[in-house]
Amino acid sequence: MSALERLTSDHAKAATGYFALLARWNIWEVLFWLALAGMYFVPNVDLVLMSQIFIWGLFAMSLDILLGYRGIPSLGHAAFFGVGAYVAGYCGKFGWTEPISALVLAMAIAAIVGWLTGKLVQRVTGVGLLMVTLGLNLILYDLVHRSTDLTGGDDGLQGVTIAPVFGLFRFDIFGRTAFWYALIMAFLLFAVARAVVKSPFGLALLGARENPRRMIMLGAPVEGDVSRAFALGAALAGAAGALLTQTTQFVSPNTLSFQRSADVLVILIIGGTGRLYGGFVGALVFLILRDWLAAISPVYWYFWIGLLLVIVVSFFRKGLLPSVEALINRWKPSKAEEPSQRVPPA
Amino acid sequence: MSSILTVLFNGIAYGFLLFIMSVGLSVTLGMMNFVNLAQASFSMFGGYVMVTAMQSFGVPFLASLPIVFIVIGALSIVVERLIFRHFYNTDDLTQVLLTIGLVFMSIAIATYFWGGTYQRIDMPSWLTGQRAVLGLTLETYRIFLIAIGAAMAIILVLGLERTQLGAMVRACVDNRRVAGACGLNTDLIFALTFAIGGGLAGLGGALSANLLGLDPNFPLRYLVYLLIIVSVGGMGTISGTLIAGLALGIADVMGKYYFPQFGGFVIYVLTVACMLWRPHGLLGRQT
Repeated sequence: MSALERLTSDHAKAATGYFALLARWNIWEVLFWLALAGMYFVPNVDLVLMSQIFIWGLFAMSLDILLGYRGIPSLGHAAFFGVGAYVAGYCGKFGWTEPISALVLAMAIAAIVGWLTGKLVQRVTGVGLLMVTLGLNLILYDLVHRSTDLTGGDDGLQGVTIAPVFGLFRFDIFGRTAFWYALIMAFLLFAVARAVVKSPFGLALLGARENPRRMIMLGAPVEGDVSRAFALGAALAGAAGALLTQTTQFVSPNTLSFQRSADVLVILIIGGTGRLYGGFVGALVFLILRDWLAAISPVYWYFWIGLLLVIVVSFFRKGLLPSVEALINRWKPSKAEEPSQRVPPA
Repeated sequence: MSSILTVLFNGIAYGFLLFIMSVGLSVTLGMMNFVNLAQASFSMFGGYVMVTAMQSFGVPFLASLPIVFIVIGALSIVVERLIFRHFYNTDDLTQVLLTIGLVFMSIAIATYFWGGTYQRIDMPSWLTGQRAVLGLTLETYRIFLIAIGAAMAIILVLGLERTQLGAMVRACVDNRRVAGACGLNTDLIFALTFAIGGGLAGLGGALSANLLGLDPNFPLRYLVYLLIIVSVGGMGTISGTLIAGLALGIADVMGKYYFPQFGGFVIYVLTVACMLWRPHGLLGRQT
């Protein structure tokens, strides 16, 4: 609530200054991205796993727009991921092999799907909303899974070819190109999402999350904002899906599965909602842990994932990142007062 | 004609099973607003308790059912007191994630103790085979299921309408705070309801093991069905859960029999349409 109160207490002329201050990058953010890029130079690092982490991070961030900033829980977010993945797959299969334009196309189509979904669900709340998003996800999965002529069914889409990025960097088996391509795209889209959530539109989303009725009284188009937030979240999820297709040159109905919707929610909750970075931190923790657990206990690794989930919601109710932040702020009380990029807690 | 009736009959038997598994979830959701996805795990453990009782201790099938009810009811009280009661004041999403985490753990636990393969269940001979009823050839086990399911539904509805505990439960569903202010021990009532609901879920799992197959992935396979029933029926209503369970059972069996190419499609479309039409469920109250 603090950001809102601060805004209303300032005069309108200070608003521009407020948003400029809000949008300023701090040193930790720069270090975070440099550290991700630096992973490339760590010896023996699993580059394929790292690009998976960027893709999952971007995907979880797209859910954060809906859940963290607008307070809409979606149990069907993999639907948008899958739409992006299949659009990129069909592009690669039917000769549109240039990756960046295909990515943009995938985002555009996912955004349209997301906008329509938003229109459909903008009046539904609570468990009803969970069920509708889950149901839409299941419908799409079932369609794709059963249209074997069109999608290859369980076998997935075969024969996806992706041209080198800029005609220069071929996708190699070591995942070098995939690493940089996924990282740079994730960063660019992160920067876009960051700019959006730190704009007046982002503040309107936060306001509607806290108190939709009051936002309506203030004249904010709350229902329209829901479909716009869905469009944005879906576009970013579609981009993550397209990145997965392009870096692995393969699409399967798995990209649309309920399992993926649940996993992305778990990742976001582990990392923490409402700060965009939560998705990336969650993906880092979740995927590295999953990789490690699956290696040491191939049969029972789900037990540990379940336990992790229970521990996170029991002891770090808001996720890892906010808990760490709270710890740091306790040590440095002066730092907490800075109007930094910290978003008010849910 | 007779084939339609047979399919309808199979759907009803399936629907009663789903009703028994989900009724506890519906009532606890209505009462405490607690989304307990681990209900599906209770069902799975119910199936395993029955298998263990029958195979390791030689308990007959009918006698194993009350054992399942008691064991799983006790298990759900333990889980409720140890874990769930700390989460009553959190939001839906936290509860969904907590209980999904528990479902994941339960799958690994079941794999550890009973192995990852499907369990073989030997039904007594009087429950196997088929019988001719009113000119139809029906499976004996499904007749048995419908009888048990109908008896359960009647007992639950009467119990909720006519007994003192039922009145207390209804009071808590309607308004927990006011019920507490009137001197009801809402914690105790809730724990009891939870135990009964958990026991029923276990019973449903035990009854379904023969029909649906029992393996550690059981909770994930039926989780979505339970959620659909509870939200379509409306939380906290037994009759709503019954209607939704039967509708889902019939739609699922009919859909798979007559339109196998569509699979679960019919159900999901109906669910989404229903939720958009009545976001609080068919018999749910608008709050």
